[in-house]
Amino acid sequence: MTSADYLPILILILIAAPFAGIAILLPSVLGPKNPNRMKQEAIESGMIPFADARRRFPVQYYMVAVLFIIFDIEVIFLFPWAVSLNQLKIFGLIEMGVFLGILLIGYLYVWKKGAFEWE
Amino acid sequence: MVPTHYYLILAAIIFSMGALGVLVRRNALIIFMCVEMMLNAVNLTLVALANQWGNLSGQVFVFIVMAVAAAEVAIGLAIVMAIVRHKDTINVEEINLLKW
Amino acid sequence: MSLPTLDFSLILPELVVLITALLVLIADLLWPRAASRGREQAPAVLALAGLILAGLLTLLAGEWSGATLQGMLVADALARYLNLVVLLAAALGLLLSWSYLPHFSTQRSEYYALYLLAVAGMLFLGKSIELITLFVSLEILSIALYVLTGFHRGQLAGGEAALKYFLLGAFSSGFLLYGAALFYAATGATRLADIAAQNAGGFYMLAGLALFLVGLGFKLAVAPFHMWAPDAYQGAPTPVTAFMSVGTKAAALVALFRVVQAAGSVPVGVWATALAFLSLLTMTLGNLAALRQSSLKRMLAYSSIAHAGYLLVGVVAGTAAGFDAVLFYLFAYAFMNIGAFAIASLLERPGFYAVQDAGIHAADGLFGRRPWLAVAMAMFMLSLAGIPPLAGFFGKLYLFAAAVESGWAWLAVAGVLNSVISAYYYLRVVVGMFMAEPSASAHLRLPLPASATLAVALTALGTLLFGLLATPWFQGISR
Repeated sequence: MTSADYLPILILILIAAPFAGIAILLPSVLGPKNPNRMKQEAIESGMIPFADARRRFPVQYYMVAVLFIIFDIEVIFLFPWAVSLNQLKIFGLIEMGVFLGILLIGYLYVWKKGAFEWE
Repeated sequence: MVPTHYYLILAAIIFSMGALGVLVRRNALIIFMCVEMMLNAVNLTLVALANQWGNLSGQVFVFIVMAVAAAEVAIGLAIVMAIVRHKDTINVEEINLLKW
Repeated sequence: MSLPTLDFSLILPELVVLITALLVLIADLLWPRAASRGREQAPAVLALAGLILAGLLTLLAGEWSGATLQGMLVADALARYLNLVVLLAAALGLLLSWSYLPHFSTQRSEYYALYLLAVAGMLFLGKSIELITLFVSLEILSIALYVLTGFHRGQLAGGEAALKYFLLGAFSSGFLLYGAALFYAATGATRLADIAAQNAGGFYMLAGLALFLVGLGFKLAVAPFHMWAPDAYQGAPTPVTAFMSVGTKAAALVALFRVVQAAGSVPVGVWATALAFLSLLTMTLGNLAALRQSSLKRMLAYSSIAHAGYLLVGVVAGTAAGFDAVLFYLFAYAFMNIGAFAIASLLERPGFYAVQDAGIHAADGLFGRRPWLAVAMAMFMLSLAGIPPLAGFFGKLYLFAAAVESGWAWLAVAGVLNSVISAYYYLRVVVGMFMAEPSASAHLRLPLPASATLAVALTALGTLLFGLLATPWFQGISR
């Protein structure tokens, strides 16, 4: 096969390339243009992108702070209980056991969910 | 001793300031802080009254209100977080997908 | 000092719901996710079992009487009917969640645990006869519902709805709390019975009651404190909307009734007149706004506001017959409203990132696609509009009759006129289902999950039976 045999292909490229180029350029020159946010949105496999993927978001501090608030505030129920435990005796002990038991379930839950892991 | 109604008037003023703040401020966090101010004004009222009536109901009420307020803080911050991750704003006027 | 005696037998249903909530939460820890298919639904099964057990305990409890836990909670007939309404609404909403939740979330334990906590809050609210327990119950149900409203984390509307609900809910809690503090200022007591016994008059009592009404009005979505409701109801996952629109109303109405009865020293004319105007404003605003909605869910949200107005009529009447009518209407409302939301949820196209709301024309041509669904929806719409012989008609009949008996004829007339207005937008849906062609966007294969079908069938049956057997039921309630 000589190089002359490639001539038809060269001719085809010479005709097709400008044609394709014109076909792409012409609509963008002639066609109506009204870009809006929706159209310029990045396509993420059909999902609506809702945030910049590169934004840093330090969530750990928030998690620890919120968990601290919740478990810390429960102490206010312990103070009056401690003061009156002499009179409440075994009844008070059981009641506080129930209260702390419920708290413990919440604690185990956040622990198992990995909320205490910083990384 | 400071008369009880001084406390009540002070608490009423703080409560009104909080309520006004909720209505005029546009930042979700500040609105939320105003709500907390309202709750604490009520706490002040309750403590002053517990002293006046000489029973403990008012003080117990305050404990409970504090615990509930803490739970509200946790939930409120979580909701604000969720919105910030979506939208990068906590201005309630810009959070207007649904008609406000 | 004498130790308090605690009679837990009177709050057995509430304890069952609470313990189930904790179990559901732990279930996720015991069986980590990505387990077999059966385990995926374990939290839902557990939650449903808990609700049914609580319902059975309520039904079988014999005659409930007497206060428990140092006069903080009371188990009476009122609380029993409230228990049944709330548990019914919760079970129906749970059936809807069953197939709806997997569309957008894998966090089933959290969802069902919060759901059960909201139920427990409502049940306790219905039994509260003391200001502290009343406040705590109200907060338990509210906080759980704030989270549930924003549970669809993929879409902004959910978060926005949750934020609005939360901010205004917390705001209203402040008012309610201040009202409670002023009751305490007037009487030095926090038990409703003690407050009533003091018979204190004066500024504190009046202002306290007014603030209390504002606080509960927010929770009930009574105009002019209703602005959060359409947004929260539209943005929340539809099963949550269905459940909370019934459950919260029921529980808050019982609390309102108890508080209003306790504030006996405030002249009846004062608070009843105030409530009557709120009721009139609520139903009128709700119905007029519902006329102009383009989303089916938002239309139902406004319809639910209007219904808060109707329900208040029974409280305004102030008689036992009035509140019996409220209880009857709550049952009817649980069936027809949850049924309507159930069908709205079936017409939606939920996805992980956004739910496409069912538009007002989503139900068009439903009769051609799913005939039985269309018939059921027609029943719910007609019942909500108050057309005989369905449950909603008798509910309104008893409510308005009670109002007329206690001299509130003008309010009853306003209620009837409002029902006529509301018929327009309800019937529009019905006409669309039977007459119109399906809209172009309607996907022809409407999926019909078994659990949601069961919910629709039960609500349709309830709407029909409560209508046909209205008289014996009502007599059962008023006995």
